[in-house]
Amino acid sequence: MKRKAKVFRPTAFSFPYLAVTVVFVIVPLILVLVYAFRGSDGSFTFDNFGKVFTNKETLIQLGKTVGIATLSTAVCLAIAYPVAYILASAPFNKMAILSLMFIIPMWINFMLRIFALQSVLSAMGVGNGYFAAVVGMVYDFFPYMLLPIYTVLLNMDKSYVEASKDLGANGVTTFFKVTLPLSVPGVISGVSMMFMPIFSSYAITKMMGDTSTTVIGAKIANLFEYQSYGNYGYGSALSFVLLVIVLLVMVLGRFLTNRTQKAPKGGKAV
Amino acid sequence: MNEKVSKRLSLGVKWAILIVVLAATYLPLIMIVIYSFSGAQSVGEEYGEFTFALYQKLLQNQKLLDATKNTLLIGLISAALATVLGTTAAVGIHYMRKKTRAVVDAASQITVVNAEIVTAMGFFLLMIFLRDTVRIPINFGFWWLIITHTVITTPYVILTVSPRLKQLNPNLLEASMDLGAGPFRSLITVMIPQLAGAMISGFALAFTLSLDDFVVTNINSFGANVDTISTYVYAGIRKRGIPSEIRALSTILFVVVLTVLIVYNVVKNQKLKKQKQK
Repeated sequence: MKRKAKVFRPTAFSFPYLAVTVVFVIVPLILVLVYAFRGSDGSFTFDNFGKVFTNKETLIQLGKTVGIATLSTAVCLAIAYPVAYILASAPFNKMAILSLMFIIPMWINFMLRIFALQSVLSAMGVGNGYFAAVVGMVYDFFPYMLLPIYTVLLNMDKSYVEASKDLGANGVTTFFKVTLPLSVPGVISGVSMMFMPIFSSYAITKMMGDTSTTVIGAKIANLFEYQSYGNYGYGSALSFVLLVIVLLVMVLGRFLTNRTQKAPKGGKAV
Repeated sequence: MNEKVSKRLSLGVKWAILIVVLAATYLPLIMIVIYSFSGAQSVGEEYGEFTFALYQKLLQNQKLLDATKNTLLIGLISAALATVLGTTAAVGIHYMRKKTRAVVDAASQITVVNAEIVTAMGFFLLMIFLRDTVRIPINFGFWWLIITHTVITTPYVILTVSPRLKQLNPNLLEASMDLGAGPFRSLITVMIPQLAGAMISGFALAFTLSLDDFVVTNINSFGANVDTISTYVYAGIRKRGIPSEIRALSTILFVVVLTVLIVYNVVKNQKLKKQKQK
């Protein structure tokens, strides 16, 4: 027994990280929760949430954020999917440099890329506004949408497609019945890398949009930047609402992945 | 119409799609590079003559140079910290029981899946709490940004290192410790050499994520006089307008990124070729 106490368990290597996670991830979330349920006099209250759900302006902004996030994500997916599909198919899948070229912008500071896009759009006569903001979102998130879809399509077991064709399905049927369902995990991963981050991407809307495009993240940032100390309740409540939305979106994503992945049993799908 | 013609047609359409998307991706970047050698106020204006004026202006813009320095320093230091923290964490997590591991994995995913604005707010509230309630003498600024960047990038290092760990012989660490090496010596001499590749990838990922970060940086530098490239440009939109020497800086960074990626890929391909020859 004496010896056992001395034994260093390898799991202990994770202790520094666990400590950091508790202090810098868990505690902040608790603080958000505490502030969200705390009135300006320090008592427990639901007032902050009441304000969130009765403030028409906030609700409209939340709705608009969901709107612009949905639209931008849909447009980006509509462009990224065909590109990923083409890049993953012969003869393009042999050209490593070609697919790299689509991913390279990932490594360039997004603010500088948005600045470049905004400069060119305004030179072309497209002013700031809803359209420009959507273009900005699509431009910024494109590589992040493309990469997971491309990876899934590239690593897909091609024998499913061949089997489908051997069994007499034409190209269109094969795509919708085999390729598309198998690529759903990539699509979900791409969508989740874009949809929720848009809620926080107030830099893009500030640079490319106008008052019609402010995302909810801008509101939260303002609430904290211009609030005096001790008055963070409203912003925290709003953050908490966002947290719940994140969880809902995640659960939905899981659900969709599980549902589509159940179909082709046994194979080494993706 | 026979099959050959339709196949060619479809190949043509595919190329056309790729080229259009590539052109849309690179046109803005190329325009910035071209206009970095012009004195024009903004892209699209009369070009004038070829000049290095913007590069000279960049060298005189101390605030922008400081922002660039901060961006790189915060990126390098936080990525180094994240690599150490993430690698040790991955090793520890690897040896955990299944249930414990599931909990820790979920906890490490919090900042990855959470809306960045909420994470940023959490850090902000934590600082207020530590400074004003616990009364630790710290404040928003350079080192706080390093801490926050380390926290948000460490999970990505774990995600990069963990798969590599699964490929290793699970008894290595235990064997080394049974043979009398201390835990840290075992980690450094037995595990680290085998994880080096994954650690470098993790470091690179953490570094780029830090360079790209805006939301956490912006909110956690409220009141502090620290700018990164992202917050500098953002402040430009809100106040004085974005200075044209940003085009020179962008050009330099584009060239650096391209060079690094090309060198990396050439080296990687050569390695692959050598492996194939063996």
